[in-house]
Amino acid sequence: MARSIAEELAKKQKEISVSEFFERNKHILGFDTLTRSLLTAVKEGVDNSLDACEEANILPEIFVEIKQVSRNEYLLISEDNGPGIVKKQIPHIFGRLLYGSRFHAIRQSRGQQGIGISAAVMHGQLTTGKPTKVKSKTSKEDVAHEITLMMDTKRNRPEVLKQDFVIWEGKEHGTRVEIHLKGKYIKGKQSVFEYLKGTAIVNPHAQVTLIEPDNTKTEFKRVTDKMPPTTKEIKPHPEGIELGILMKMAKATKAKRMTSFLTQDFSRISSRVAKEICEKAEIEPTMRPTRLKLDSAKRVIDAIKQVKIMSPQTDCLSPIGELLIKKGLKNVLEDQRPDFYAPPVTRDPGVYSGNPFQVEVGVVHGGDLPSDAPVKILRFANRVPLLYQQGGCACTKAVENVDWRRYGLEQRGGKGIPYGPAIILVHVASTKIPFTSEAKEAIAEIPEIREEIEWALRRCARRLQIHIKKKVRKKKTREKFDIVQTILPKIAEKSAKIVGKPVPKLEPIITKIMDVVWIDDLVEYEKGKHNVTISLYNYTSSRKKFNLYAVVPEGSIDEKSISLKPTRIRKSGKIRWELRAIPSTEKIDITFRLKGLDKDDFDEAEIYVSGINPVQVIGAEPLPGDWDLDEEIQEPSTLDDFIEEEQGDEEMEVIGEADEEVEEVMEND
Amino acid sequence: MTEARYKNAVTELEDIASDIYKQMDKGKIPSMKIPVRTKANIKFSRKNHVWTLGKSMGARSAKKLNGAYMLLRTLHMMEFIEDMISNSRSSTLREMYYISEGWEQAKFSTQNESNKLAEDLEAITGCMREDFKLRPEEDGARVIGNITLEEVNRKGQKKKINCRDDVGDSGYGIPYNVEKDKIKFKDIGVKFIIAIETGGMFDRLVENGFDETASALLLHLKGQPARSTRRFVKRLSVEHNLPVAVFTDGDPWSFRIFASVAYGAINTAYISEYLATPTTEYIGITASDILNYELPSDKLNEQDIRALKAELSDPRFKGQFWKNEIELMLDIKKKAEQQALAKYGLDFVTDKYLPDKLGEMGLM
Repeated sequence: MARSIAEELAKKQKEISVSEFFERNKHILGFDTLTRSLLTAVKEGVDNSLDACEEANILPEIFVEIKQVSRNEYLLISEDNGPGIVKKQIPHIFGRLLYGSRFHAIRQSRGQQGIGISAAVMHGQLTTGKPTKVKSKTSKEDVAHEITLMMDTKRNRPEVLKQDFVIWEGKEHGTRVEIHLKGKYIKGKQSVFEYLKGTAIVNPHAQVTLIEPDNTKTEFKRVTDKMPPTTKEIKPHPEGIELGILMKMAKATKAKRMTSFLTQDFSRISSRVAKEICEKAEIEPTMRPTRLKLDSAKRVIDAIKQVKIMSPQTDCLSPIGELLIKKGLKNVLEDQRPDFYAPPVTRDPGVYSGNPFQVEVGVVHGGDLPSDAPVKILRFANRVPLLYQQGGCACTKAVENVDWRRYGLEQRGGKGIPYGPAIILVHVASTKIPFTSEAKEAIAEIPEIREEIEWALRRCARRLQIHIKKKVRKKKTREKFDIVQTILPKIAEKSAKIVGKPVPKLEPIITKIMDVVWIDDLVEYEKGKHNVTISLYNYTSSRKKFNLYAVVPEGSIDEKSISLKPTRIRKSGKIRWELRAIPSTEKIDITFRLKGLDKDDFDEAEIYVSGINPVQVIGAEPLPGDWDLDEEIQEPSTLDDFIEEEQGDEEMEVIGEADEEVEEVMEND
Repeated sequence: MTEARYKNAVTELEDIASDIYKQMDKGKIPSMKIPVRTKANIKFSRKNHVWTLGKSMGARSAKKLNGAYMLLRTLHMMEFIEDMISNSRSSTLREMYYISEGWEQAKFSTQNESNKLAEDLEAITGCMREDFKLRPEEDGARVIGNITLEEVNRKGQKKKINCRDDVGDSGYGIPYNVEKDKIKFKDIGVKFIIAIETGGMFDRLVENGFDETASALLLHLKGQPARSTRRFVKRLSVEHNLPVAVFTDGDPWSFRIFASVAYGAINTAYISEYLATPTTEYIGITASDILNYELPSDKLNEQDIRALKAELSDPRFKGQFWKNEIELMLDIKKKAEQQALAKYGLDFVTDKYLPDKLGEMGLM
């Protein structure tokens, strides 16, 4: 009965053409406005190119050129050095919607639906009536194919107008697409330029070149030759599996029994767990999966929720990494001369609804960045910049939830986007990014993801706070330096001259004005080595004995180069000195070298002190409580060490001399 | 006698330097105590009937960057002053500012800074800036009226000048030094002094011959009056018993001009007894005048209102007359210029307004 009604309905259902589908879904495909259409077309081309290069393990060279043909018509040229596409496949990839290899794969990649580039071709065709030209070369020895094609919008099939073999000089392999389309080229926010700039930041292994309609050429240079690790394809994790997909998988499986279906087609299901699921779902473990009915499938889903299943594997993700985020940011933002790149944070992978994900953040501060505007948030999903719908994105929400006032940025009421000279980068990598819509412009506010981002931001912001605090205090102290180093000696000299007496001794006055231990670090890079000098000036009135700690990148320290023998060096790059007492107004320098680092890998030493009142120290933070944590895990420390540490803390002394000087205004009647 | 003044100045300045030196020699952060020159620290001197500086002291310490700079500048300035005194030279305040170009970091960033430091030194030492061989660049104020004075000119010759007959239309220019060694009043043919704020009104009274019809000495204050102008008025008032009347625009800033002539300025309160003439009367324009004469007026702006409110708590404006006038002005929110009287013709001010006002005061 039900069947015949369906058949009746089917007769009335007309096949809708893809062009109609396209027209109806323009907004979710990103082709609803002129400016956005052009950006989306660029984006689809570049995403494809990067994915293709990475799959073939080729360092990407991306070239984008946009030429203005008439007022609203542009020619978009998008070229890469990827593996190329075999001749037979070219028409399908560029001339058919929803055709792709990645549609069913569970892995971290940029493009996912396969709507991508063919949608751009379609948009071009619908708005200009002109065909698309594709040139591709797969190996050095081969010639290139050049195919001019259009799309049969009724049948969703490509129509090849012309094909040729051509010689492509100077290119070993790669693909070049030329699409005529209606659009509008803009500068600034949400522009092609911003998109490619963002792409360059999170893809430091790519070389990106853009030629704009006014012939301005911008090159974002490659900063690393290391390819990101290739992402692995994984089987779906049972947690978060949807009913429809389960049914589909059951129909398609090669497994003969339910238990083997569960263990083989899903990740993290052992045969014991599989049996438990069948038991809870009240189905025979030996049942053929193809015979799984709707109601029993529902019970399987419920059962999956009841049993304990290991989290999905996360080694399928490819985060950018802390070092490369910093390099990427530096490479692209250098013209704004930010004075601080907070060490980026890459969190351990997490899981939401059975999908592994990983969060990375970076914060840049100071320099020429505007200090009276909201901070700029750079959002990325699987290394793709997100330019639209900032307000509705989990990244933005997470930024808004952090109380940035604590970390030195302005923020009204401790909520919302903070103000200040800063740029915040947030990257979310996942096998399945939960976008708010098909347009893939904002990440949905999944609590697990938002919280991870918040954690990462807080950790990154802590370093920012230390930096800002240090800067403010150093500026204040710099003024005092001016006083004691240049003005005070002159006052002494002049007054001595006027009264005709010898110049008085300045040391006791200097210590009263400064009354701090000033710690300054200087890093110079020379011939593959970082020369670090830590200077300690005792500008207090008494001898000072305390412990000094520095953190340098793991394995970089050249132990022989350390000018003052440290008490302890740890593998993790943590160094400790128990200093001899520094007499009042004296200075000591500690120098050492770091080897095997790139210039940008190290620019500011992390310095801590203990055994001294921290308010008397400028240029170093008090030793954090978790200093010894990594040691406890890696190499359990001896009891002696702990005793030593405690004694060190007892050295704390508070020296506060009564200040007889009148500060502001005093009454004396 | 003048030599003694300079000698005293040098001693006083050396005391400051030696105090700084002593502090440093003891290992203390050097600082300098300076009388606070604000509204909160002026008090009425019953003896002289003027407002003088109170006893609040502020300290300028080398602990702060600005304080350190000021200390260094002070020492530089002292050295410069001592040089001038020993070489019998003098300089203008402006020259003093430019001299500081040679002091490297200690140089002044604005002339206001150097002027203020000169005042600081006066306030600390009790000397006058003339004792430091410093003088303002322009005096500018002028008088017309039947008095005869004797001025020692730049060639050292004594010259008698009658300020009505021996001068042109612009009158006799008051020099920066009006002390007895420079100016002696010989013959006084007037009954009182009218000190006028604006040049326009001064010229109007001159053109209308008011100095003769009213037997008055007309004096152009030129805005906030220079010290020498106030000293000139003070001497005439004390030595020849001449009553003084001040005639200004009707706005809060003009009220302050009156206050500085009558009671002394806050900035120079430490020398009010030399400069202020407490018997001075205020003619107008008052807020009542604006209403009574229906004068053309402007609206008060925010700064005016703030200034008026500040005056309500200024001890110099404590009397009932001022309280009423200031409150009335705040109430009608209007101010008027002296020359608004021209609404009734060019002669109205000399035929009607001033005779009425001066009549009330018993001066005409």
